[in-house]
Amino acid sequence: MTAGDATLWLVVLAGGLGTFALKASFVVVVGRVDEIPPGLERALEFVPAAVLAALVVPAVVVVEPTATVLPAVAYSPKLPAAALAALVAWKTENVPATITVGMLALWTLEAL
Amino acid sequence: MSARADALDGVRAISPFLLGVVPFGLVYGVTAVDRGLPPTVAAAMSAVVFAGAAQLAAVELLARGAPAAVVVATILVVNLRYPMYAASIAPHFRAFSSRWRAFLAYLMTDQAYAVALVDYQEHDRSPSRRKWYFVGAAATLWVAWQLSTITGVLVGAQVPPGLSLEFAIPLTFLTLLVPNVKGAPSAVAAVVGGVGTVVGTNLPYDVSLVVAALLGVVAATALEVTRNDPNDAPAGDGS
Repeated sequence: MTAGDATLWLVVLAGGLGTFALKASFVVVVGRVDEIPPGLERALEFVPAAVLAALVVPAVVVVEPTATVLPAVAYSPKLPAAALAALVAWKTENVPATITVGMLALWTLEAL
Repeated sequence: MSARADALDGVRAISPFLLGVVPFGLVYGVTAVDRGLPPTVAAAMSAVVFAGAAQLAAVELLARGAPAAVVVATILVVNLRYPMYAASIAPHFRAFSSRWRAFLAYLMTDQAYAVALVDYQEHDRSPSRRKWYFVGAAATLWVAWQLSTITGVLVGAQVPPGLSLEFAIPLTFLTLLVPNVKGAPSAVAAVVGGVGTVVGTNLPYDVSLVVAALLGVVAATALEVTRNDPNDAPAGDGS
């Protein structure tokens, strides 16, 4: 953590205002805009898949920045644990079940 | 029905989701403090930003010393799904005053949206019923999120290391990701977003998540447009 307190509060405030603008967007202006433009709607449909994968993948492998173009990527037991959890998520769509199976799988793999 | 009964219906509908939200909030609080975020900032972010995935991504970037502008940009990209929710729920909020709409928008979450839309689509509800149902569902989740993140912040220091509890975060995202991957274009979005973020680790200013996620959306949209070419078979036939 290198950011000072003022910077941190600025991030919270700007992130909060921006998030509210996104949440309120079509809800507040609905009097004037009835429908989201179809092209934009189609693009926004893919945002959850792209963003959520971008949050998951770096967290299940070991990624080290390097001085070259590509980073160093190494295996982590989190990868097979996450794969198993993904299977549970796909079958059950149940958050507690997915977390439980994933954590147990990771602890088991780490203990081996 | 009375406003109270309508709100209680909303509370009941959202309750099962709290099983996922509470551990998520605890993990956020614990992680934020563990990564060096001051407890007050960590708790304030829950109230001001009120978007779990974005908050966790922000904590990760702040811990790595990313510039403030990149952290804010990442929060916004992670929350780009909200205009989509807003657009689809807006017709049901049409009868409310702007002030009410703004308040309901602030309370919007993945879970509240999902629960409310199902109710609105299955029943022809009065505006008052729609409003209080949403308040009951969304405010319940808000309270659960604030209490669980504050609890996480407070116990953060006492959690023994070596339990790899931070792994609960990608696992939570995984449960949200899986139902969003349906069909080739969304799979492309996920692969480009996920692999791209790793490949782009060395990009300056930690912009790899923002760049990779946007590239994923662009690639998926391009594929969808190609597939929907009028000369081709209709989309959705799985070919």
